[in-house]
Order: sequence, then C-alpha cells, then structure tokens
Amino acid sequence: MEEQLHAAVAAILRQYDHRRGNLLPVLQAVQARLGYLPPEAMEQIASAFGVPPVDVYSVATFYAQFRLKPPGRHQFKVCLGTACHLMGGHTVLDCFERRLGIKEGETTPDREFGLERVACVGCCALAPVVVVDGRVEGRVSPTRVDGLLLSFSLEKSRRETPATPTNGGGGSPYGA
Amino acid sequence: MGAPKIVRVGLATCGIAAGADKVFQALAQELTGQQDVWLKQTGCLGMCHNEPLVEVLTPAGESYLYTKVTPEKATDIARRHVLGGEPVRDWLFDDGHYLAKQKRVVLRNSGRIDPESIDDYLEAGGYQAIAKALREMTPEQVIGELEKSGLRGRGGAGFPTYLKWRLTRQSPGRPKYIICNADEGDPGAFMDRSVLESDPHSVLEGMLIAAYAIGAREGYIYVRAEYPLAVKRLKLALAAARERGFLGENILGSGFDFDLKLREGAGAFVCGEETALMMSIEGKRGMPRFRPPFPAESGLWGKPTSINNVETYANVPWIILNGGEAFAQYGTERSKGTKVFALAGTITRGGLIEVPMGITIREIVFEIGGGIRSGREFKAVQIGGPSGGCLPASLADTPVDYESLTQAGAIMGSGGLLVMDDSACMVDVAKFFLDFTVKESCGKCTFCRLGTKQMQAILQRITNGEGREGDLELLEELANSISRASLCGLGQTAPNPVLTTLRFFRDEYEAHLYEKRCPAKKCRALIRYQVNPDRCNGCGLCNSYCPTNAISGEKKRPFSIDQNLCTHCGLCFNVCRHEAISVN
Ligand SMILES: Cc1cc2nc3c(=O)[nH]c(=O)nc-3n(C[C@H](O)[C@H](O)[C@H](O)COP(=O)(O)O)c2cc1C
Ligand code: FES
Repeated sequence: MEEQLHAAVAAILRQYDHRRGNLLPVLQAVQARLGYLPPEAMEQIASAFGVPPVDVYSVATFYAQFRLKPPGRHQFKVCLGTACHLMGGHTVLDCFERRLGIKEGETTPDREFGLERVACVGCCALAPVVVVDGRVEGRVSPTRVDGLLLSFSLEKSRRETPATPTNGGGGSPYGA
Repeated sequence: MGAPKIVRVGLATCGIAAGADKVFQALAQELTGQQDVWLKQTGCLGMCHNEPLVEVLTPAGESYLYTKVTPEKATDIARRHVLGGEPVRDWLFDDGHYLAKQKRVVLRNSGRIDPESIDDYLEAGGYQAIAKALREMTPEQVIGELEKSGLRGRGGAGFPTYLKWRLTRQSPGRPKYIICNADEGDPGAFMDRSVLESDPHSVLEGMLIAAYAIGAREGYIYVRAEYPLAVKRLKLALAAARERGFLGENILGSGFDFDLKLREGAGAFVCGEETALMMSIEGKRGMPRFRPPFPAESGLWGKPTSINNVETYANVPWIILNGGEAFAQYGTERSKGTKVFALAGTITRGGLIEVPMGITIREIVFEIGGGIRSGREFKAVQIGGPSGGCLPASLADTPVDYESLTQAGAIMGSGGLLVMDDSACMVDVAKFFLDFTVKESCGKCTFCRLGTKQMQAILQRITNGEGREGDLELLEELANSISRASLCGLGQTAPNPVLTTLRFFRDEYEAHLYEKRCPAKKCRALIRYQVNPDRCNGCGLCNSYCPTNAISGEKKRPFSIDQNLCTHCGLCFNVCRHEAISVN
C-alpha cells in the first residue's frame, strides 16, 4: 500500500521539473490521482523539490482545493455562492447534512459520501446548485437531494452482493 | 438543397447542467448520417434561464431558436423541422426583448461557433487581428489603437489597458510576461467562465496582441479550478493554436515568438488579486504584497508583467480589426465600449448579457431581465460581489459606468449583477459577504484578518436578535479602519457590502436591533414557522424532512410544529406542496 503510494507520487514527480513554480501543479496532479494529499506524499514532494515539508504543507493548507483527508466515493459540493445563498443553498446543505449524518467537510464512515461547500461554480442562473461527482445539477430542491441519495444507495446495494439494507446514507425520505 | 442546415446546441456548463448533453445525443441519433445537416456544439448564448437551447439555421440564413428543449422535444424538432422542413412553432422562442438592448463585442462568437474547433474561429474572422497587428502595425500603434478605444480593465478596477501595456513595454527588465487573470472569484459571477467555454481563441488572440505590443515572449493563463470545462477547452485551444502556428516561434512568419502556459488556481479568492496571483504561479501561498512596485515594473519573478482580465483580452481583437473609434462609439464619456454582466437572483431571464456602458440598472433588470421572477417587488441589486455594494430600487436609474456606480456607493466590479426581491434580507446579505471575506482573507493584514471577524460577530448577533445599542456605529468604525489598514483590495473593499446596506437599508438593521424582527423573514432566530390547519391535508411530507422531529401529527389530519424543537431551517416550508406552512 505504502509502496504503491510512493510509486504513484514518484511517477507524477517524473513528469515535472522541480522548480518551485511547479509545486502547485504537482500537488494538483497528486490529488487528482489519489483523491487527497496524504502526509507521506507531501514529504516525498518536499524532498524532491528540496524544500522543508512544512513549505509544502503550508501551501497545501492555504488553498481550499487541497484535501488532507480521503474523499467519499461520491462527492457532493453544495454551492453557497451569492446567488445560491439567496435561492436557498443552505437548505440544500442542511438536507445533505441531515440525510448523511455528517457536516460539510466530512465523509461518511463508510467513505461512500463526502460533503463539501463551494463558493460559486459559475452556474448562478440555475441556483441553487450542487456539483455531484463533477457534474453540475441546477435548481436543486430538498426532494432532489433525496432522489440523488436514493439512486446512489441503490447503486451501492447493487454493487454489494449480498444486498445489504441501506441506512443513514440516503434511503426513503419517509424512512429516517 | 446544397448548403447544409445547421443545428446548434449550447454545450457550456449551464446548458449541460440543464441536460443539453442528452438533447445533443437525441439529435445525433436522428441526424447522424443525414445529408445536408450539420449538427454542432456551441458555447453559451447567454440565456441560462432557457437552457437547453437548440438553434436551427436554414441554408437561407434564417434562425429558429428552441428553448427548454428536452430529449423528447429534440427528437420531434429533428424529425419535424430539420428533416421535415416545418418549424415547431409552439416551442419557438421570441428573443426580441432579450437581445434588443444588447451589443455583442466580447460575446461576438459565443453560442455561434464551436469552441473546440479552431476552424470555426478562423471562419468567423479569428486570428485576423493578430495577423493585421503583426503585418501592418508597430507595437506602439497597437497601444495607440487601444488608447483611442478607451478600453479599461474589466477585472474590477477599471485601469486603462493601453497605459498598463505602455508602462510594461517601457519597463527596462527582461524577459517580460503577460498574464490572463481567469480566476473569477466573485461568488455570483460567471462572465469569464462563459467566454472561456464559448470562445477561448478570442482570449488567446487578445493575449497574442498584448504580447506583441508589450514585447513579451511568454505568458500564463491562471484559471479557476472550479471551471473544469473552461480548462478543458483552453487546453484544446492552446494545442490547436500551437499546431497551426499561432503560438510558438516565428508566428505567421513575422519573427515574433510567443507561447502560453496554463495554470489552474486552487480555490483561493485572494489569488484573483494580481500580486497574490503571481505568488501562486511562483508556487507559494497566494498572499498579496505591497504595491508599488507595480507588476509593470516588477511582477512575476520580479520581471515586468502585464496582467489583464479575460474579458479585457477578448475585446482586443475586435478593437484591432474594427478600430479604437468604433469601440469608443459605445458607452459614455469615460467608460467606453460594452460590459458583460452575469444576471442572477430572482430575475425572470437570468443569464449572460452584454450591454453598452451607460445603460441603466432599470433597463437591465426590466427590459433585458424581464423583471422579478416571483412577481414580488424589486428591492435591490448587488453589483461587484464582495467588494461591491447593494443599490436600492430607488437608484435603479443609475447608469452603469465606472464613475456613476462608484458615486452611488457600489462598484462596477467584474460583472456580477444579482437581483433581489423583497424576500431578501439586507442584513443577511451583508453578513453573507462578510462570512465570505472572513473565510477568504489570507491573514496577512491584522485589520482584514481580525477586523472582519469582529464585524461578522456583530452581524451575527444582530441577525440572532441579540444586537446591542451602538452596534451600527461600531460597524461603521470598524469598516473605516479595515478599509484604511489593509494592503490589498480584498480588505480595503471588504466592508463595502455592510456600508452600502447600512446606508440604504438602515431601517432593516434597526428592525433587527430594536424590534428583534426580520422584515424579510429570513433570519432564522427571528422567525417562526407554523402550520395553517386549513391548508394542511396531513400528507406528512414536512414531518419526514424535519431534521429535529419538531413536526408531529396523524396522517390526513393537520400537523403541528413544536416551537421548542424547531430550528427554523425552513425545510418544511420548502417541501410543502400545499403552502400550508407559514412564516412569521
Ligand atoms: C480580492 C481581489 C480579487 C480579485 N479577483 C479578480 C478576478 O477574479 N479576476 C480579475 O480579472 N481580476 C480580479 N481582481 C483584480 C486584479 O487584481 C487586477 O486588477 C486585474 O486582473 C487587472 O486586469 P484588468 O486591468 O484587465 O482589469 C481582484 C482584485 C482583488 C483585490
Ligand atoms: S452562486 Fe452558486 S453557482 Fe454561482
């Protein structure tokens, strides 16, 4: 496991020269590959760039894009930009928090779902907006949230044989 | 038949979010392999409220626009109109009002060409401006043309573009860099996204012209990470431009070399500020630094650098081809040309518009935007995002130009224009922006880091109904100190949303403060939700959504809300299909 991680980061490091200007692109590539930035990866990058690990860490924590914890299999980003705020984005976030039993910035214990907030994805005319695994959904209502979660939990039970009953993550709006 | 019928589908992020990709597939199923029919993707026509959009163009040049198309409708349109020759009249859109007051310079190709095809751009006159500049104009003449045009930066501050270029050109250091600021951080604005997704080559061409004028051989595009489609289309555009020799060495045989690198931002609003952006390209934390020296003297890696916004660049090829005077005929005395705005909020026709400067807010909201969506009353517009301000309906006749907006208390900003009806609470809006700046402050300046936090805390207690005597004066005092003691625009302008709402909507603050009342019924601590027994049919939907199980009752009988358990989240209000929940 650890060796795999090391090899994956090394492969990315080989694609860039290690001038400071390439630090962000390397971090972005590593996160795109691993889903987040594990501490070992940051240390490996630091030694390749010839800077102390704290430099890499300070950059990674400055930018909202970088995750220091693994994301969920499905990632929801609820937009709380100006238009979405006005059009009820908080209600949508509340709905996700309630149904998933987690707060924004967290991942469900089974790592199935992650919840984040984002400040505008540029589809303000379709507010409130949620980005579901990279796809933008417009005019999201509380009922749509349940619909989304239901389809994912159906997918999950199809994936897992023997079928297990869903709990917490999703389920019927009338169940919980 | 001869010339083909063209069927265009708007496939920018807005369109895709509304399902345009499925519409495209449905059309492809009917039309692939058909003679004389050309199905193509385009970017954004600007009518986000009507997505997905399908446009049918006949060989004779007539255009038929279909709005809110579903895959089923698309199949019908393909069969009846494209193949059958009979337009489906019922679904056609009459765009008279929406487009009548607009003038498209920046958006000249948006929604018309395929953004992933350089040939489409070339056919629309693309890369002729750089050819003209290289063959017929000296760099000084290019700058002179921009001076005549009166173009000012569209990223917010409105600095004259020609001057920035001239200063960078005259700066002694080598090499020189140019940067395109595509970080678009204003949460409620999407002009730059749309331009990049719909017409990326126009920005590249603008950058080429700038590089030639300034004497730069290398440039960067710094684009927001939240815009994956824009990034994808920029990458395609860069590769195509390189392949055709518009980027690289000896461009168009002129001896001029130039190439561009793409950098993705990483989700920090402050990186839209030019010095922070350069820090970020250098691989550091994006923290602004003191100016002077200005980037024109010492920018990226300490070298002379000119940085412009996406929209600024997109104007440039048009100006070079049509002349600075043609551009200057639009707009007002000191604000020339057109401006793109992102219309959102409770407006009927939200989307992207481009208007001549000097148009009034009223014309934008009512004639182009179609007024308030809900049928409620128009209350205010927010212009300029976290650095801007809220202007009340009574100032709707303010002309949209740099000076008038500043005088009214807002700013032009980058083009976010949010329309609010009387359901918006102005204290809540001010708090929203403060929450945003508190989160996004880079932490370098004490007043910006801590002062905004104090303002946020005061606004929090006011909206909680726990405001104190003297809070409003304290807000004003803090606002002044923060503006004066912050290094960059973020801190300097962070108090603006509070100051303008205090100025124009002071009575609302006072209602929260003294009467513990939120007139717009938005602030959670000051409202109560109740079930109206006459309307409730006992379906139980609200009960199933309530996060705190505060709602109880028997099916088919009116439910009731336990006020001790209710957290005022408003979910029941939102899900009820019978308008049986009221808010007081
Ligand atoms: C906090 C802050 C955020 C900014 N964000 C942006 C932005 O997202 N896009 C942009 O073009 N300019 C932004 N600016 C303005 C830039 O600093 C700079 O003035 C602009 O890119 C210059 O280009 P222009 O002359 O073409 O407008 C921002 C400024 C501040 C202070
Ligand atoms: S505010 Fe949500 S997409 Fe812009």
